[in-house]
Amino acid sequence: MRTGIFHETFKSDERMWAVPAVRLWLLIGALVLFTMPLWSGDYLLAMACIVGIHIVATLGLNITTGNAGLISLSHGAFLGVGCYTVAWLGHRGVPFYLTLPAAGLSTACLGVIVGLPSLRVKGVYLAIATLAAHFILTFVFREWVSVTGGVPGTTIPRATLGDFVFVGDRRNFYLIYGCAVILAIAARNLARTYIGRAFVAVRDRDISAEILGVDLLRTKLQAFAVGAFYAGVAGGLLGYFYGAITPEYFVLTLSVFYLAAVIVGGLGTVLGSILGAAFMTFVPEALRLLVNASAHWFPGVAGLLLPMGQAVFGLLIIVFLVCEPHGLSAIWARVRRVIHLWPFRT
Amino acid sequence: MTEFIEYSLLGILSGGVMALIALSFVLIYKGTGVVNFAVGEVMMLGAYFYYAATVTFELAPIAALLLALVGIAVLAVFFERLVLRPLSGQPAVAVLMATIGMASIIHGGVEAVWGGDTYSPPPLLPRTPLIFSDILIPGAVLGNFAVASILIAGFFAFFRYTSVGIALRATASDPVTAATLGIDINAALRLTWILSALVGTVAGILIASSAGLSPLLAAAAMSVFAAIILGGLDSIAGAIVASLLIGWVEALAAGYLGGKSRDVIPFVVVLVILVFKPYGIFGTRTIERL
Repeated sequence: MRTGIFHETFKSDERMWAVPAVRLWLLIGALVLFTMPLWSGDYLLAMACIVGIHIVATLGLNITTGNAGLISLSHGAFLGVGCYTVAWLGHRGVPFYLTLPAAGLSTACLGVIVGLPSLRVKGVYLAIATLAAHFILTFVFREWVSVTGGVPGTTIPRATLGDFVFVGDRRNFYLIYGCAVILAIAARNLARTYIGRAFVAVRDRDISAEILGVDLLRTKLQAFAVGAFYAGVAGGLLGYFYGAITPEYFVLTLSVFYLAAVIVGGLGTVLGSILGAAFMTFVPEALRLLVNASAHWFPGVAGLLLPMGQAVFGLLIIVFLVCEPHGLSAIWARVRRVIHLWPFRT
Repeated sequence: MTEFIEYSLLGILSGGVMALIALSFVLIYKGTGVVNFAVGEVMMLGAYFYYAATVTFELAPIAALLLALVGIAVLAVFFERLVLRPLSGQPAVAVLMATIGMASIIHGGVEAVWGGDTYSPPPLLPRTPLIFSDILIPGAVLGNFAVASILIAGFFAFFRYTSVGIALRATASDPVTAATLGIDINAALRLTWILSALVGTVAGILIASSAGLSPLLAAAAMSVFAAIILGGLDSIAGAIVASLLIGWVEALAAGYLGGKSRDVIPFVVVLVILVFKPYGIFGTRTIERL
């Protein structure tokens, strides 16, 4: 029986997956995931695609906010930047394996600009700066008609690889989860590098970190850039998935959605991003099922879906902040511990 | 030239209501160290309470105002007790996210109950416009400015001369010493939240009764961020001066560059100030020690 993880060497401490059992489970999980389009129903598959996109974006916000402690309210708008980059390049015939990184890079550049105030201010001031950036970006989305198509929106050409066209959920699934897996592993790896540790040091006490030789300025901008890169890729995937997009999609509620996903999932862990994104995607769906079921008794209830979803996001943020600040990933860890130690109790 | 004067006057007068919103914000920041992202939503909710009291329950405007104020005060107490007290001692970012959550709940709740339509609640104030030769100033704008000025002057007096106001200031500047001197910290924090919510409600009702009431009202508080950042987050005087200034700039921008620029100018101002002068005009520079 395993009672805990005890590291005896630095090598084992730095290992990416702590124990062999985790690797086995990951392998099984990957197999299930990548055969999913073969056995799952249409509804589940479409949901899985959306979850995948949200996972990529949440991973990014979790690096900026969870690892580096820089709160960003412009994450939703960053997705828009990625999406419009892909749309613009796609119309010029650039293939997806170039547009997606380009979307990430352009968004990362923008993230650096938005992060610039973080050199002088932090915490709450920074939140306000990112909020301002969000409104400026959405203004640009509505007004820069030649690139974004303005309020009516724009279309995104399908991703193609040779003769293979990523059309439909089944094919897009592989595009989305291919990116999601690569980026999740990258995020996990980032935490083990100097940069990742510098993020955590800056989050916990930035002055101490500076005394220890961490370049605050560079680290904070890196945190913003990496988070924005993920958002840009997620935005690009979103564009390929939907095929058409309007500025309506990138409202402040989207930023709040990702913030909620990060908090609900667990700040600063990859597992937390995945759990949080999945949970937050299924909450509105569950709400929808509930509303459809109760529509028989309360006729007008269907129109309340959107505002109710918003209220539930807010409620989840507060409940998790007050009751379980480490989120679902902490609950998961506790459950695992109980199973491992059974029949003994902790 | 007449045009310029008219835009300027309108801008400065509408800056008065903005100053009320800024006051609601700065009170909380100064008193509790929390940046309250829910100010706009609280303001909107108060205005909806007022609307419900006057139109749905057909009360007189003054009675409705009082009812709205009481309702908001009760909510502020609940929020303080159930959310903020358990979070006290957590990093500022956690509390900030809780206020974002609160804003989300109120926004969703209001849209669920009242929908997205625009209502026009009955005005609190007379609406006779003021006319100087060829400059016309709408009565509602003037009335709003007057109410805002009186309220703000009242707050200054309250903080300066009453013992409760002094206790609040003491709690804000040093809670531990204040507690040693016998001030009930929890009561002071609660009162700060109540006062801020009340000021926000008055601002909301003023705006709603002159410009109409819809969930978009909450967005009005967003441009106030520009004012409080320019004024320096923790300075009441700064917030007021900056509100008037931002109101003026907004009106000029809307007048000369078109109405759309109103959506974006305040936020450009915010970013520029944060990069070049992060503590604003009147804010205190904080020095951090380990």
